Amino acid sequence: MRDALGVGIAVGLSGFAFGVTSAGAGLSLLQTCALSLLVFTGASQFALVGALAVGGNPLAAAAGAFFLGVRNAFYGLRLSQLLALPRFVRPLAAHWVIDETTAVALAQPTRHAARLGFTVTGLTLYVLWNLTTLGGVLGAEALGDTDAWGLDAAGPAVFLALLAPMLRTTTERAVAGLAVVLGLGFLPVLPAGVPVLMAALAAPAVLWLKGRSIARNSNRNSNIARDSDADRTKGEDR
Amino acid sequence: MSIWIAIAATAVGCYLVKLAGLLVPAGALERPLVQRLAALLPVALLAALTAQQTFSADSSLVLDARAAGLAAAALALVLRAPFLVVVGAAVAVTAGVRALGG
Repeated sequence: MRDALGVGIAVGLSGFAFGVTSAGAGLSLLQTCALSLLVFTGASQFALVGALAVGGNPLAAAAGAFFLGVRNAFYGLRLSQLLALPRFVRPLAAHWVIDETTAVALAQPTRHAARLGFTVTGLTLYVLWNLTTLGGVLGAEALGDTDAWGLDAAGPAVFLALLAPMLRTTTERAVAGLAVVLGLGFLPVLPAGVPVLMAALAAPAVLWLKGRSIARNSNRNSNIARDSDADRTKGEDR
Repeated sequence: MSIWIAIAATAVGCYLVKLAGLLVPAGALERPLVQRLAALLPVALLAALTAQQTFSADSSLVLDARAAGLAAAALALVLRAPFLVVVGAAVAVTAGVRALGG
């Protein structure tokens, strides 16, 4: 219950920040609310309005948002086994397959509790997210120049807060570091929205390099290699 | 108009990946490499987006008040502050630095 309250407050605040950010990016009230109603996955929405704010190509902007949303497919995979939903309910339930509902459902001891947790969290967050989005847009209009209030820093801060808990091992930190270099390096030379897609390549690149170095180390079979391999395996134990 | 195209494409794309997870047979996405990649993709995107939205104006790199705001957010995260405080710190410090003419 305390967790649910914490999740609710965090999501409500993100919704408000999203409304403000989206309005600051030049989207209308209708466009901003359409995003929260129809997309309903926060990081993708922030990414989309961020890309549109700098005049990105609409499809490149949508592609960045889409790739951020791909993780929800993996949540759905876990949930479909856990909840065992009837086929006709799945298209409805799909809209609520996000970070928070998955976390709550997975934490429940029984299938009944998981279904209940998923439904209650999904409904609560959907209502809250859309109301606070609306509040953010109206709030931004009342504030006038949102930049003077520092509200353009809300978007990157939200991303950083989502990113921080993911940086558990060297692999994740290497991916993040390479992505920053690629994302900033390509920014002046490629059209808006494309550099972030290039940065996504950091994930397969680091995985590939890691695979190579493990293969090399196991050939050499030195003490150092054994130690670093042990570190890696330890890091991957989740 | 182009904004509506982006909204429609994002809405359809994001809905379909959510639905795909619920509909595909279990095991289809369970290959370790696919799972590993799916976990790392958001890391790469979030890191790049954080950097871009802090250090860029249009298509050039800049260092302005937002960098101070992000540093404050990072400090709050290191101190394990709640989400509200992290975002609030970024906003307040950015506004403060701007007010001082930074």
